[in-house]
Amino acid sequence: MTALILEQTLNGLQFGVMLFLMAAGLTLVFGIMNLVNLAHGALYMIGAYLAAGVMQWSGSYLLGVLGGLIGALLVGMLVEVVALRTLYERDHLDQVLATFGLILFFNELVAMIWGRSALYTSVPQWLQGHIDLPGDARYPIYRAAIIAVGLAVAVGLWYVVARTRLGMLIRAGASNRTMVAALGVNIRLLYTVVFGFGAALAGLAGLMAGPIYAVQPGMGELILIQVFVVIVIGGIGSIRGAFAGALIVGMVDTLGRSFLKPMLATVLSPVAADTAGPAIASMLIYLLMAVVLAIKPAGLFPARA
Amino acid sequence: MKALRHAVAGALAATLAFAAPAMAQQKLKIGFITTLSGPQGVIGEHMKNSVELALDHLGRKVGGLETEVIYGDDQFKPDVGVQVAQEMLQKHQVDFVAGIIWSNIMMAVSPIVTGAGKLMIGTNAGPSPLAGAQCNKLHFNVSWQNDQTPEAMGKYMTDQGIKDVYIMAPNYQAGKDMLTGFKRYYKGRIVDEVYTKLGQADYQAEISQLRAKNPKAVFVFYPGGMGIQFLNQWNQAGLRDRIPLYSVYTVDEITLPAVKEAALGQWETRYWSPDLKNPANQKYVSDYRKKYGKWPVFYGSQSYDGILLIDSAVRAVKGNLKNTDALVKALRKADFNSTRGKFTFNINNHPIQNFYLLKAVKDPSGELVMQTQKAVFENHKDAYYGECKLKW
Repeated sequence: MTALILEQTLNGLQFGVMLFLMAAGLTLVFGIMNLVNLAHGALYMIGAYLAAGVMQWSGSYLLGVLGGLIGALLVGMLVEVVALRTLYERDHLDQVLATFGLILFFNELVAMIWGRSALYTSVPQWLQGHIDLPGDARYPIYRAAIIAVGLAVAVGLWYVVARTRLGMLIRAGASNRTMVAALGVNIRLLYTVVFGFGAALAGLAGLMAGPIYAVQPGMGELILIQVFVVIVIGGIGSIRGAFAGALIVGMVDTLGRSFLKPMLATVLSPVAADTAGPAIASMLIYLLMAVVLAIKPAGLFPARA
Repeated sequence: MKALRHAVAGALAATLAFAAPAMAQQKLKIGFITTLSGPQGVIGEHMKNSVELALDHLGRKVGGLETEVIYGDDQFKPDVGVQVAQEMLQKHQVDFVAGIIWSNIMMAVSPIVTGAGKLMIGTNAGPSPLAGAQCNKLHFNVSWQNDQTPEAMGKYMTDQGIKDVYIMAPNYQAGKDMLTGFKRYYKGRIVDEVYTKLGQADYQAEISQLRAKNPKAVFVFYPGGMGIQFLNQWNQAGLRDRIPLYSVYTVDEITLPAVKEAALGQWETRYWSPDLKNPANQKYVSDYRKKYGKWPVFYGSQSYDGILLIDSAVRAVKGNLKNTDALVKALRKADFNSTRGKFTFNINNHPIQNFYLLKAVKDPSGELVMQTQKAVFENHKDAYYGECKLKW
């Protein structure tokens, strides 16, 4: 049982860091530019597709990773310059509509280039296999690598945001945009950089997700809803909040799916537990979000506290 | 002059009189609803391709009538499916609604179509209520009732002497039907029965849970993209060599190119396969491959059959679409060359047909294909027709 709990905790952590990579970019864009970007999932998809495409073409996993990262960064910056700049002054409904349009555009674009069928991607040889954990638990090396990369990115982000000049501007932009612009900072450039940065992180999440999930049109929307839950729980615009929110959501979702049914079975009849368990498990993160909103409407770590 | 004018008028009137029946013979309109966008859009693409191929084979005239097919995208959502169906019925005035991949969408759409007095020809989803107590004479299913296919797998696994099995499916109508069907024919012990969220992408938590129980075998139902994800993760967890995996609607011609070796040796049961030897199927498969450059999948063969079924019925009533009772009578005969070979309809308008055991193997060119091994059931009826009150 302890081995299983350990394994499920790792699963929760892995899902959590994946959510964090997505949430970090989304929360920054929302916090700093005041932009609701539904197309964030499209950048995740583009990272996955470009990585898979370059991998198939070159046969090299690392080149694929590089292609996915740089590609997502460039596409993100391009989208910011071409489409999103005009939206900053508009209200959120316009932004939702426009970025929803981008989702449709990118989904159709990848379907036109690569077809609607899912792409085949595999884990490289050196990341296949398992780590043996105490108590006969095993954990796939690839998923362990995702945890490592995710945590490394979190540390790196913390360093950039807390210790560098760019980070200072980002934090300043999140708390008072007008003042930052008044102090003579090129806020347009800052926006483009931050958006590209967020896109690259989404691309990283996407390319790491490729071999586990299916690389297919619309793959980004599946994860995007959970990412929105993460930033609402964590507090919009806060990297710290995104990290905490992602880990909480990852854990709650994974542990709920694994242990809720057996736990319910100890108090309810097995039939009732069979019905209620999966239903409640899939609602759990939304219930959590409702509770957080009721107690702390600005999220656990609000950026403008 | 006057005489001439009368003659012209008379000639005109005569022409009009003769033209009238030709104009009354209206166009046949079929509304085809499937999922065309998002991760599951690939299934809809195969269905649409197959409808187009059927139209090609019929010279674009279904039942000898000028035909228009209106495609609708349900976006994998029941509420959108309902909207699309309403638009087809009210704005386009379709005579038939066909298609529909997902059982939850079928449950929402079928009552609206049959309630409007129009015919529903399901070409995939076979939810149990519509085969049983809620059956309707206007609702036809040309594919299968959900329980039937997993029943065949349950039977096969019992025959193999597999002592216990761990079963999994998404938490929706079809998932429940699939596991119910499996349990109806599987006589061993069920270690655990697990339902996951519909459209879930990551199964690692469930796989960890499963491995801790150490079952002798696993049976799953994960259609479309869910199947790709499940199989990849199953392999990455290193379970392919440790626990035998059996499935329905999980490994098919859509998922094989995406999972490749991860599916090699996988067992499935199904009512149809591209390698079934009958002239209708061989024509369908070779023309599909010629036109679209890929293998057809069962979603497609059913949709192709659906159009041929409509064709046979419209021909039988000589294009008189107003006579619904005659149409129903003609549809019930299933008088067409199905890609699965000859089959009949049961009193609940669901098929009585064979089910085969299939295995994912490499063909001589190294391509992964599903190969038919043997028939598990012959002329298999679904379990619900007894609850259906329809009179034939």
